[in-house]
Amino acid sequence: MTEIALHGSAVESADRYDRTRALNAFRFGDRAFYWTTRISAMLVLMLLGGIIISLVVGSWPAIVEYGSGFLTTQRWAPSAEPPVLGALSPVYGTVLTSVIAMMIAVPVGIGIAVFLTELCPLWARRPIGMAIELLAGIPSIIYGMWGFFILGPILANTVQPFFIDLFEGVPVLGAIFGGPPSYLSLFNASLILGIMVLPFITAISRDVFATVPPVLKEAAYGVGCTTWEVVWHVVLPYTRVGVIGGAMLALGRALGETMAVTFIIGNSFRISPSIFAPGTTISAAIASEFAESDGLHQSSLMLLGLLLFVLTFFVLAAARLLLLRLEKKAGK
Amino acid sequence: MNPIYASRRRRDVIVRALCFVAAAFGVSWLGLILFTLFYNGLAGMSWQLFTQNTPPPGASEGGLLNALVGSIIMTVIGVGVGAPIGMFAGTYLAEYGKHDRLAPVIRFINDILLSAPSIIIGLFVYGAVVVPMGGFSALAGSLALAVIVIPIVVRTTEDMLSLVPNSLREAASALGLPRSLVIKRIAYRAARTGLITGVLLATARVAGETAPLLFTALSNQFFSMDLTNPVANLPVTINNFVQSPYVYWKELAWSAALLITLAVLALNIIARLMGSERIAK
Repeated sequence: MTEIALHGSAVESADRYDRTRALNAFRFGDRAFYWTTRISAMLVLMLLGGIIISLVVGSWPAIVEYGSGFLTTQRWAPSAEPPVLGALSPVYGTVLTSVIAMMIAVPVGIGIAVFLTELCPLWARRPIGMAIELLAGIPSIIYGMWGFFILGPILANTVQPFFIDLFEGVPVLGAIFGGPPSYLSLFNASLILGIMVLPFITAISRDVFATVPPVLKEAAYGVGCTTWEVVWHVVLPYTRVGVIGGAMLALGRALGETMAVTFIIGNSFRISPSIFAPGTTISAAIASEFAESDGLHQSSLMLLGLLLFVLTFFVLAAARLLLLRLEKKAGK
Repeated sequence: MNPIYASRRRRDVIVRALCFVAAAFGVSWLGLILFTLFYNGLAGMSWQLFTQNTPPPGASEGGLLNALVGSIIMTVIGVGVGAPIGMFAGTYLAEYGKHDRLAPVIRFINDILLSAPSIIIGLFVYGAVVVPMGGFSALAGSLALAVIVIPIVVRTTEDMLSLVPNSLREAASALGLPRSLVIKRIAYRAARTGLITGVLLATARVAGETAPLLFTALSNQFFSMDLTNPVANLPVTINNFVQSPYVYWKELAWSAALLITLAVLALNIIARLMGSERIAK
């Protein structure tokens, strides 16, 4: 009897000891895991801070040297004494190519989304949708190389002469579509950019189109609307915010796209009224000059990078806020 | 027929046709790009590509061995560093973030980093790693890739974990499992396919990234696995060869482009098939 009791208490105390140890191990493991995840999450914020700090530090000499004049100077002469560096032409090129790209990509992207959600036979939806998504997967250097070797010569021999002849002698338009045709031009870069951001617009438009309650569309079809009328009067008004958000997201991508543009824009720091003339963008200027730059030249390229980051940050933030508003509405 | 009705019909037909043309336009670009890649790249496909290093200027014999190895090393390190950090951060947002007011801010910033221009990441790593280390290196290139991987994995991890039904977590908690084990043993396991999909997509994205490597990893004409020095890699090799005057370099660039595109598209397709399998279940 006593033996058993002794034995029993020995077991009990050993058990309690193990339990405490196990619970402590659990508690420690819990804490450690919590803090690992929390610190990782903070790292995301620190990345943003790090990017801003390193860009500002790197561009400080250029900010001190040029001040706001940096934004209004067109000349880019890094080897002059002293170097004269201005951001006007890369900023112009960045904005212009992105705007033209959006003019191509927004209607086509929405058109594809309408096709996929309203017109396409069910069996073809997946393969076509996947093909468009794969377009987004192709690395941007492949687009650049392809534009350089294949698209550039084709455009310079067909599309460009067509527009140049079409608008010859017409005021304003004649200058915008002025000759001569060229393999490397703002227009070629815009077209490639447009194709690159197309999948983003299609993907988001398709997702928001799917949120339209079927009963709304059925009601419209029921009173005799055509497909186009349903899309224009029901689907698009219902999904306006989402489509705009998607377009802004694509704009943010287009503004910062680098490799696709660098090959085919010509890297010329001159502002020309013609969209068939070579130009440059912020990202193309950085990509082609940064590795061999130093001193004030490098600092100015950093400042260009800072400008680009600020520009894309605001565009992307606006896009995310719009899409967030949509999510809240859907959550209700 | 009523003229108003006829005009409405006509407009509808035109718009339908335009939508069809838009879809054909989009799909045909993919077809065109793939076709030219195969047409120009297949000619150069041979064992030589995988057994010889990149040739010196003007030479007419050589391969891509050093660039392939360099690309694989940098991608693996980039994903190896970025994916765990991204997964932990995504876990925090999905599992612990509900009561943290900072979580929406982190989510928002992460979404912006997700689409931030990759060349800016290159500038950041140049300032934060290359300058302090005193020179271009494969390590800096890998870190730049890791910075791109993090936001992608954060996003997919959070999305996938929030798809795991709460009743699973509650059941595990009711059995007395501590929080961290609920996440590790239950939530991770339930979301495993989705988590792997996210990492695959991130790998596909960085495998072809060029801009952030231009002034972090640079490139190297010779075979090197020394991470503290420039190492050859496929994207920057393509970049250099395309703009060169040498015919053989351009041929190699096409072959390299075909290799990269096939690898990236394969990763994309595998990831998507895995993703849809999960939904089908």
